[in-house]
Amino acid sequence: MTPLLQVKGIEKRYGARIGCADVNFDLYPGEVMGIVGESGSGKSTLLNCLAGHLAPDAGQVIFDTRADGPVDTVTMSEPARRMLGRTDWAFVHQHARDGLRMNVSAGGNIGERLMAVGARHYGDIRDRAVDWLDRVEIAENRVDDRPSAFSGGMQQRLQIARNLVTEPRLVFMDEPTGGLDVSVQARLLDLLRGLVRQMGLSALIVTHDLAVVRLLADRLMVMKDGHVVESGLTDQVLDDPQHAYTQLLVSSVLQV
Amino acid sequence: MSISAQKKMPMIELSGVAKSFVLHNQGGAVIPVMAGADLSVAPGECVALTGASGAGKSTLMRMIYGNYRANAGRIMVGGTDVASAEPREIIALRREVLGYVSQFLRVVPRVPTLDVVAEPLLALGVAEESARARAAELLARLNIPERLWPLSPTTFSGGEQQRVNIARGFAHDYPALLLDEPTASLDPVNRAVVLELIEAAKARGAAIVGIFHDAEARARVCDREEDVSVFTPQAAA
Repeated sequence: MTPLLQVKGIEKRYGARIGCADVNFDLYPGEVMGIVGESGSGKSTLLNCLAGHLAPDAGQVIFDTRADGPVDTVTMSEPARRMLGRTDWAFVHQHARDGLRMNVSAGGNIGERLMAVGARHYGDIRDRAVDWLDRVEIAENRVDDRPSAFSGGMQQRLQIARNLVTEPRLVFMDEPTGGLDVSVQARLLDLLRGLVRQMGLSALIVTHDLAVVRLLADRLMVMKDGHVVESGLTDQVLDDPQHAYTQLLVSSVLQV
Repeated sequence: MSISAQKKMPMIELSGVAKSFVLHNQGGAVIPVMAGADLSVAPGECVALTGASGAGKSTLMRMIYGNYRANAGRIMVGGTDVASAEPREIIALRREVLGYVSQFLRVVPRVPTLDVVAEPLLALGVAEESARARAAELLARLNIPERLWPLSPTTFSGGEQQRVNIARGFAHDYPALLLDEPTASLDPVNRAVVLELIEAAKARGAAIVGIFHDAEARARVCDREEDVSVFTPQAAA
């Protein structure tokens, strides 16, 4: 099987300081990988390098495209990379307002991504928007409301609908449940798990919440000071951590 | 190879398995817990792990599941070496071949009990309707009242959670099963149901490794016992 994503030697520096360095991994279709580490460990820098939001200083991010097979997205043209960002890739931001157009209706937010890939029939676009609102548990009668009138949890679900409507194959998520209260988090986790299974999505999830990765991610990568210190099966890394930093991280979690 | 010889091919086979824990944040203390562990379980066979508390029964079981990393040796389960396999190979093995009934139920909050039990089948691509039907059948058999099925098991009693966990572990007919105290905290009626489930799994050819403190249950379903304390490294070393 060809990996969906091959990451080779990714490095990003901010002047003399290391953002992330020497990151290597393969992600296969249907796999969900968590990236954990404390603030400043380089996990968000890495995610942004992989998603094409930041240009890495070294390394390759090879994506298995539908048309041309594996292609290095770091060196591909800007329009080609942007096209990928609208079709096979999706990015779920921590703050929904970074991923939504706040002055456009909920239906418009979903429809916009469809139109970006060529959908033109108004009725079809609206039908698909309503279908996706339903899948993320937002009532149909909210289709014409702006996201500014939504709660934080609803905004996050709308952002997910907007991202998944074009049926991407790879989803990047930056703290998708951060800032939401725990009952809303649980609902979002359940929703994400269901969508990942039904659509066969691959996902990279950056979070500092070990409980979230335990429930969502098959694999886990632990970062410290810009470097990957440990990686493996999620429950193995959490239950039998090998590296000193991972042991500290796991033993620092408060028990409820 | 003759059919009878094929039948004898072990489903689970450990050789020379060793494990030690290194506690980096406690002065780098090294705690050797197991060395030279060998175990072989054929299809249709149930082996009980025995030994005093702390002898390493759970550790060995967790290593077979890939939850703990082995420092040495081979852990073959249905042709995959868990000790050296890639995460995605272990994930596939757990989905299709290797089931595990732990003592603790870990679920996404808010997810209904029926879906918790059906999930292993859905992950295998079984249609929702038949996955739910199978889940309902197991929950009914384990005497979980139907009015609880739409609720999350997180608020259930210990015994109820244990039974939900067992239903989930038996939803798919895994060729290999790990059972950690499956009859603990169960009343006699449900204990009997669980023992019947284990016997049925053996009859269809599942290879089972279990920890049973319940001696009577162990005597009824297990074909032999393996004392793990012989794998405990000597303190003198």
